[in-house]
Amino acid sequence: MDKIKKTVKKSRPFNILKAIRRVLAVSSILMVTLLFLDFTGLASRWFGWMVRIQFLPAVLALNVGVIIALVALTLIFGRIYCSVICPLGIMQDIFAWFGLRQKKNRYSYSPAKNILRYTFLALMVVAVIAGISVIVTLLAPYSAYGRIVQSILSPVWQWGNNLLAHWAETRGSYMFYSVDIWLRSGLTLCVAVVTLAVLAFLSWRNGRTYCNTVCPVGTVLGFLARFSFLKPVIDTSKCNSCGLCARNCKAACIDNKNHKIDYSRCVACMDCISNCHQGAISYGRPQKVSRPESETENAGASRRQFLSVAAVAVTTAVAKAQEKTVDGGLAVIEDKVRPQRKTRIVPPGAQSLKNMSDHCTACQLCVVSCPNEVLRPSGDIMTFMQPESSYERGYCRPECTRCSDVCPSGAILPITVAEKSSIQIGHAVWIKDNCIPLTDGVPCGNCARHCPVGAITMIPSVPGDENSLKIPMVDTERCIGCGACENLCPARPFSAIYVEGNQRHRIV
Amino acid sequence: MTKKNIDRRDFLKRLGLGTAVTGITLAGCKSEAEKVVSAQSSLPSSEVSAEDMTYRVNPKTGEKVSLLGYGCMRWPMMKNPEGDGEIVDQDAVNDLVDYAIAHGVNYFDTAPPYVRGLSEEATGIALSRHPRDSYFLATKMSNHHLARTGLKGRELFDASVAMYRNSFEKLRTDYFDYYLLHNIGGETGLPFLMQRFFDSGLLDFLLEEREAGRIRNLGFSYHGDVKVFDYMLSLHDEVHWDFVQIQLNYVDYRHASGMNFNAEYLYDELAKRGIPAVIMEPLLGGRLASLSDHLNSRLKQREPENSIASWAFRFAGSFPGVLTVLSGMTYIEHLQDNLRTYAPLKPLNDSELALLEDTAVEMISYPSVPCTACEYCMPCPYGINIPAIFSHYNKCVNEGNIPSSSQSEGYREARRAFLVGYDRSVPKLRQASHCIGCNQCAPHCPQSIRIPDELHRIDEYVEKLKQETL
Repeated sequence: MDKIKKTVKKSRPFNILKAIRRVLAVSSILMVTLLFLDFTGLASRWFGWMVRIQFLPAVLALNVGVIIALVALTLIFGRIYCSVICPLGIMQDIFAWFGLRQKKNRYSYSPAKNILRYTFLALMVVAVIAGISVIVTLLAPYSAYGRIVQSILSPVWQWGNNLLAHWAETRGSYMFYSVDIWLRSGLTLCVAVVTLAVLAFLSWRNGRTYCNTVCPVGTVLGFLARFSFLKPVIDTSKCNSCGLCARNCKAACIDNKNHKIDYSRCVACMDCISNCHQGAISYGRPQKVSRPESETENAGASRRQFLSVAAVAVTTAVAKAQEKTVDGGLAVIEDKVRPQRKTRIVPPGAQSLKNMSDHCTACQLCVVSCPNEVLRPSGDIMTFMQPESSYERGYCRPECTRCSDVCPSGAILPITVAEKSSIQIGHAVWIKDNCIPLTDGVPCGNCARHCPVGAITMIPSVPGDENSLKIPMVDTERCIGCGACENLCPARPFSAIYVEGNQRHRIV
Repeated sequence: MTKKNIDRRDFLKRLGLGTAVTGITLAGCKSEAEKVVSAQSSLPSSEVSAEDMTYRVNPKTGEKVSLLGYGCMRWPMMKNPEGDGEIVDQDAVNDLVDYAIAHGVNYFDTAPPYVRGLSEEATGIALSRHPRDSYFLATKMSNHHLARTGLKGRELFDASVAMYRNSFEKLRTDYFDYYLLHNIGGETGLPFLMQRFFDSGLLDFLLEEREAGRIRNLGFSYHGDVKVFDYMLSLHDEVHWDFVQIQLNYVDYRHASGMNFNAEYLYDELAKRGIPAVIMEPLLGGRLASLSDHLNSRLKQREPENSIASWAFRFAGSFPGVLTVLSGMTYIEHLQDNLRTYAPLKPLNDSELALLEDTAVEMISYPSVPCTACEYCMPCPYGINIPAIFSHYNKCVNEGNIPSSSQSEGYREARRAFLVGYDRSVPKLRQASHCIGCNQCAPHCPQSIRIPDELHRIDEYVEKLKQETL
């Protein structure tokens, strides 16, 4: 009886730290998730800062203030970044929580997989310096979370929205409007599904394996966290070496036999503090810094390499928003097919293809934010999952700067609507064989009518004959590459005018 | 003010003139028609009885035609259970026809191209379940569709006669009570008329058919170029038109849009010659079923229990030279409402007529597009849903959701209602931004709307709303 009373009494003040961690974690994952789900542009006004404080995007954007703040945070509190800011870390905690509810005391101490984590960190550093973006995007934790939300959660969210929109419509309300749900990239969906499955499995069984073995951000912060001012400390005079702390440590970093904690892997979750019935663990300043002894081998806790996890079945059949099919009264409209572009198009603010591939972590925030169905993840290995523009479903509308507003990593720099109208991201190219006045023999001019910068003039198709049908002439010096002409061209499936990207964006 | 009074007197005089000259009288229950309507039958929920229906007499045959005629251009549709697209909802059509006949409606007007070419068959199926002498059947020679493809002379004649014979088959009958030369006055006007009926010798054929009794009444339906109308009437002494179908409603009476001619003139010309008029578009394709809040409230204050549409029907029915007023009723509620209006008709008095004239004057100051959703322009080869775009635009005009500037009161709400509503009523790919201006639609429009110009105007407005540069 005495013992229980004592535990309850002692555990209460410690629980507050864990409760604070949980509240912060839940709020921050909700904010980031909403940011990715929201297509109205409202969330970015409120929670946009949440993605700017993400470590890797801040590094790529050379956002010195944020980097210093995060370093300071880690030097004071340890790796709480991993517990309350990183959405991928919080997501894993949620899976781990389910795992622990199913089976208590499921973890055990294991020594750090230093070779692996330093290899991944080195790989990351090399990739960033050498500009091998595919490695950066695959390893970046925040981006992995973004992809999961964009590819898997977002369609569900939008489907729910469309239900509400349908409901609103029957009541004559304009509160909700429906959006097209479409698969932007099957490959990105595959990557997201595999990432989610692997992480869910690992964290459910073993907690923070990914964070302490693969995640380069975790490794970097781990260096700093060794020297943090505050950290969980074991009072060896109280510890009875029961091992409860180690068996419930999702970071597998408590070596209870030696009363040691590997602070490079501790994510400061505060779970151990309340798990200790002896009240032997507290969060504070260590009395004396003892030199870590050589780590004992841990034979019992052998762990499956996450890399060898079996491939997960992926459903590629994603419902594509169908145009309402009607006949008789309405002609069938063929879908547009994406043209082969020699140079890909990146949105205004990206400055150049190089700037995009150097800074982008492929988090997909711009892709989900694009209200015009222009941006989608690239399938090319060199720019894997980084955004690119195409105009089959819409065009880069003059009043929109959403992608540049949300990008946290400096891949798409902020621009204003006025600046946008003078940034040449590409130039229109006319394809004579598809042009409607020449193929159907009717007047058209829809490209010229919709060019926001007046770069298209209609000229007689027969030289000198003012009465002949008119064909477009593009002034590439004025063209900004927005794709209005390509998107609104009546020629299908291939437009008679399409946009080629510019390697480096120019200012008119 | 004085001018308006004179106009009104003038107008009433014309009504009187019509009665005197045509000799068409209110038949059946004339005394009942003029009787004060009982409180019971004016209630929206009340059932009307067939005996209350106002009938008009055809001066040639003496037959009693119900003032409410059924226009078969807007039958209810449903998803095709076997395959793509839509088909006519035959069960619903049968119910509508049964209800109409049970409540005294006896005039049914169809045409080969109606409802994507499905109307004649659907109408025929529904009507063949009733005795042939319990209704009057009207259909049309729609060979403008054939002539448009370039057919001429003998070829056009043969194709037209085939169309004529096909109508018998579809409508399951061996005679037509009323047969019309369809949509006279469109395209190039007189030359097109000549091509269709004179050069091909088709009119002579139809006159012979009338002699033979397979056509009981021969007439024409007219839109567009007034020269064609005048020319057709100049043939009256020779041909003896039994009836003529014109577009008449309180807007077109004096404020016809586009190339259309004021119905006042058309009606008077018919009345002078004693030719009964069949009225189409009494409701302007539904546009007169709901006006702006201001106009609605004025009408409602006069007749709080009657629909806005009832005013338009009373207007058309108040002309004594009108044989029947066609309404394309898709829903039973429309049918019930119109039955209440015409069973019996309460003719408009002079102050009510003045109110409608005033309503029309205000309406034409709005930027609405005078589209009646007849779909003659459809399908657009580039997939634009023309009537849906105009209908959305007109709805926004009526609801006051066309802000003229970003400083206007309620701009944000109106902008949202316009843009969100636009995407709801028209899929993006079928919106005005995709109109290339090829102008293939415009010649088919009976309201002579310059469709591409109007679409481009609406598209420019949408752009201004989207870019917030209004």
